[in-house]
Formats: sequence, C-alpha cells, structure tokens
Amino acid sequence: MTQTVPVPARPDAGPVGVLELADVVKQYPGNPPVVALAGVSLRIDQGELVAIVGPSGSGKSTLLHVMGTLERPTSGVVRVAGQDTSAMSDAQLSGLRARRLGFVFQQFFLLDGLSVLDNVADGLLYRGGRAAERRRLAQAALERVGMGHRLDHRPNQLSGGEQQRAAIARALAGRPALVMADEPTGNLDTATGASLLELLHELHRDGTTIVVITHDDQVAAAMERRIEIRDGRIIRDTPASA
Amino acid sequence: MIRLPAHDTGASRLSRRDLVRVGSLGLRSRRVRAALSALGISIGIAAIVGVLGISQSSKTGLLNELGQLGNLITVQPQSTGFGQPTELPVTAEGMVSRIGPVTGVSEIGGIANVYVYRTPFVPATDTSGISLTATDAALPATLGASVADGTFLNAATARYPAVVLGAEAASLLGISDLAHPTQVWIGGHWFTVAGILNPVELLSQLDSMAFIGFPVAEQYFGFDGHPTGLYLRSVPSQVTAVAAVLPATVDPANPSIVGISYPSDILKAEVAAKGAYNGLLLGLGAVALLVGGVGIANVMVISVLERRSEIGLRRALGATRRHVAEQFLAEAVLLSVLGGLAGTVIGAVATAIYAVSQHWSVQIPAVALYGGLGAALVIGAIAGLYPAMRAARLSPTEALRTA
Repeated sequence: MTQTVPVPARPDAGPVGVLELADVVKQYPGNPPVVALAGVSLRIDQGELVAIVGPSGSGKSTLLHVMGTLERPTSGVVRVAGQDTSAMSDAQLSGLRARRLGFVFQQFFLLDGLSVLDNVADGLLYRGGRAAERRRLAQAALERVGMGHRLDHRPNQLSGGEQQRAAIARALAGRPALVMADEPTGNLDTATGASLLELLHELHRDGTTIVVITHDDQVAAAMERRIEIRDGRIIRDTPASA
Repeated sequence: MIRLPAHDTGASRLSRRDLVRVGSLGLRSRRVRAALSALGISIGIAAIVGVLGISQSSKTGLLNELGQLGNLITVQPQSTGFGQPTELPVTAEGMVSRIGPVTGVSEIGGIANVYVYRTPFVPATDTSGISLTATDAALPATLGASVADGTFLNAATARYPAVVLGAEAASLLGISDLAHPTQVWIGGHWFTVAGILNPVELLSQLDSMAFIGFPVAEQYFGFDGHPTGLYLRSVPSQVTAVAAVLPATVDPANPSIVGISYPSDILKAEVAAKGAYNGLLLGLGAVALLVGGVGIANVMVISVLERRSEIGLRRALGATRRHVAEQFLAEAVLLSVLGGLAGTVIGAVATAIYAVSQHWSVQIPAVALYGGLGAALVIGAIAGLYPAMRAARLSPTEALRTA
C-alpha cells in the first residue's frame, strides 16, 4: 500500500476505534421476543487481539454477526472504522464488508469448484480491480499463512488445518481493518488448533486486528484481551496485561 | 490514526467478466447436472432449428421444381354431363401453337380398345392397364421428359409400327432395356420398341402409356385424329393470360368442354401441406423449450438451496443482494444459452444430413439460428429470475447458519 489517506476522526473523541458498539440490542421477533443482545457496548482498537468468549446461547454468534454488519441491530450503533453503519444501504454495508472486514468461519466455507488460489482471490472479488492483481495479492496472503505450496490444489485435497489456513488467507488478502474468526479451531484437532492459534498470534504481531469468537476458555486464554459474554451482556472485559 | 489505502472506499462492485466467471462456477463444478438440465432447451431448439431448416430446404427444392414445371398447362376435354365421350377438335394443336406466349405444345390421342401385350400368347384380358396413345415427336420436349433407353418417336418412326413405352408400362411388360431388338404385340401387329421413357414428374399417368405416331394410329387402328389431351408451355409470366384464352382457342364452338389444369398445383399443395405440418412440429419444439425452461428453474431452485453457505460466504465477502441475484441469473442464462447453442448445432447438422440425403441445397433460415439463441436467452432469464430472487433474499446469517 503506497498511497494512504487518513480517515477523518470525530472531533469529540480520541482516535477512532476499528470497531465500536454503543448500547447494541438485538431482539428477534417471537412471543415473548428473544433478546440475543441486551445492550452491548465495546470498542476494539487497531492492533488488538481479542477473544469474545461465552457458552452457546450467550449471544456471541449474534454479536459477531452484528459486528460484521451481517445483521443490523434492533437498536444501538455499530461503527466500523469510524463510520456509522445504521444508515447504510445494503450496497454500502456490502462495500464495507468487502473492504474493511475479513471473516473466518468454523466450517471454512471454501468452494470446491475453485483452486485454493482462486478461493482466496475471490475474497477480493467484490472490491473490483483486475483479476491478475487479485491473484497476486491472494498468492502473497497464502504464502504469509504458509500455504504457498498449495496454490493449485482443490480445497477437498487439503487437511482441515490447511483449509482453515486458506480461509484465513482469504480474510487477510485485502488487508482488512478487522478480521473476525468464528470458532476458527472448532473443527480442528488440538495440535492443528494450536498451530492455527499460533498463526493468529503471528498475524497479530504483524499488526492485524483480530477478534476470535469462541466457547473454549483455553482458546480465549491465549488471546490478549478477553471479553466474556453471557445472556446477551458483557460480564467481564479483561484488557491485555501490558 | 487508522491509515487506509485510497482505493479502499465505496461500494462493492462486480465486473461483467467476473460475473460471467462466478456465474459459470456452478456449471463447471456440476457438469453432469448442468448438461442434463440444459438438455431440454437443446432438444427444443434443435427441433425448431431442424423443422425450420428442413422445411426451408425442402421448400426451396420444391420451388426449384416448380420453376421448371410451373408454366406447364394441361388441356383435357371435360364430360358434357350427358355421358357422351368428349374429344378436342383436330385443329386444337395448331390453334394453340399460334397463341403468342405459348412456347411449345404437344397433343396426345387415346386409342380406345387397343392394348399392348408382350406376345400374342398373352390372354387378351391381361392388358396390364397400359393405354395406347398417339402423340407427336415434340412430347418429351414439351414435358421435359427424357428417354431412359433408345429414342423417342420422330418423323420417320411415327409412320412405322414403332412404340415408345412409359417407365411403368415398360416395367409391366418386363422390358428393362433395349440391348436387344424388342417387339411388342399391339392390336394384332408387331411393334418395335423404339425407346423407354424415364418417369415423368407430376404427370405420372404418362408412365403407364405406350406411345405411337399419329400416322400409324390412323393407318393401323383407324384413329380419327381428335386429341384427347394437350400439353403446353407458356412464357412463365403469361401462364394466366394464356389459360384465359385457351378454351375459346382450343374449341371455338364449345369452349365449355375445355378443361384446364396446372400440374404444378400438386407441388403448391405439397408446399402448403408441409407448412401445416411445420406448425405442429414447431409447437412441439416450443413445448420442449417450455419444459426445458421449467427444468432449468427447478435445478436453479435446488442449486440455491444447496449453496446457501456459498451465498452466505459471498455476502460476508462483500457481495450485495444484487450481486447474488446476478450470479444465479447469469448461471441460468449461461445454462440455457449453452443448451441453445448445442441445440442449434444439432438442428443444423440434422438439417444438413436430411437435405443432402434428399439432394436439396442446405438452407437454414437466419431467423431460426438467431431466434433459437434469443429464445434460449429469454427462457434462461425468466427461469433464473425466481431462484435468483430467492438467493438474494436470503439473509447472510441465515445462509451461514445452515452448514
């Protein structure tokens, strides 16, 4: 990235967080309505490595979806890179996801019809730009996660750990402001999971901002900052011990 | 302070090229299914292109014949209605030949109660249905008929017991060629077979005739010289005008007994009949197309259900609802157009094979080619619309939850 521009900071606040949630409520219709998030406020700054941890049903998946603009909150404000998302159209939100956010899923979600390289390049598809450039960036990302030797393989020819590495490369390729990983080690054995966490730490040391959603306390313990969530509320926010 | 690259702003986008690539992904990764679901469209388009192509080729073939035969007019006496045998005046041929646009005329005179036998030993009742006919030397030229073997009658052989057999007559008598001098037994006289005609197009009644000259007919069988039929050709543009003056010219005393017909009417009827048949086949082709379209819609709906996680992933990667809809629409259209292309090729090849086997020139109307592909495009778009909307309506979280 040779050319950079500063994002205008809000005059009344300090440096802009990568992600800010202000009193976010998410309620699903029903009788009585299901409250998945009951007023969550949090802020994630650039360069953080955060675990959001909680048992199943605690609302952490909903939190990830709301943070990732995949779902709109019932009330409250979500700001991504300083931009308020509540008034954005579907196309604007999609643009935000394409350029600012990277997702890693428990099930990897690699397309079997494409090579590993094309899968990762598709992570940049909706930003536009030339296909050759996308493939170049994808290759760089794959090399970064130690998958440079698997470019032309099909996802079903890879081990689970390799597939998740490819999925991480896909999330990273566009240098998003924030990478969100939903139970990234959930489908992997312990050793593979450990090496994957090690990769996340490496990426973090390189400056990538990462949020890991997990129900696994051990995974959470490996992160710098831990946000514990239960019944749709944050019950504890343990900052990084500097 | 967060620093962002300059191009990292604005809405997501998907270029045409990327859309085609993404739209073809589903087809590439499920080839057999894609081929099977495109088959309906292929069959429909192939049927339509084939029907239009074959009918066009056959029509051109028939119209070529029509061009050669369209100016042929037949004149025959009509029954008076009182059961009297009718005949044309002796002067008819001479009168008709003086009509300006008439380019050729020949007369035939049926000789009643005289039959042709292979030998005198054949029972008299075994006439084989061959009618003995007196005619002039110009008959083959007038009709465009040709001789398979030997020669037709000429000024000399018309005066002697010589006979020319129609194709059917020759075969009924068991005469296939004239390698050896051959005679037949006609009315108590030996006649030498001078020639055998090829089948005469549109006038198949001539095929079962045996032709002798007028002088011989008068001399041997007391023929009175009244023709029972005239064949004439006119300048093609003047056919109607000639027909208008024919009755009065042929028989000024009794114009009402003169019947006129055009052998080419049979061809015209044939062209029309082929057209009627086409409507049915085109209808069947259209039904196949419709069924093909429904098949594509069906497969696309299933595809959307199966690929929920892909839809969710793409939304997470920044695809808008519109991009998702476009992807599935593109897939349906590609499927249909590929089926249409295959169908067009199949239809064209079928037309070519059939036309060549019929000795027609291969003619496929351009409208069949473009129309077929256009129809495939439209059907694909319509078939893809509903699945595409369903895919677009899927919320990203719902789509991701299903895996």
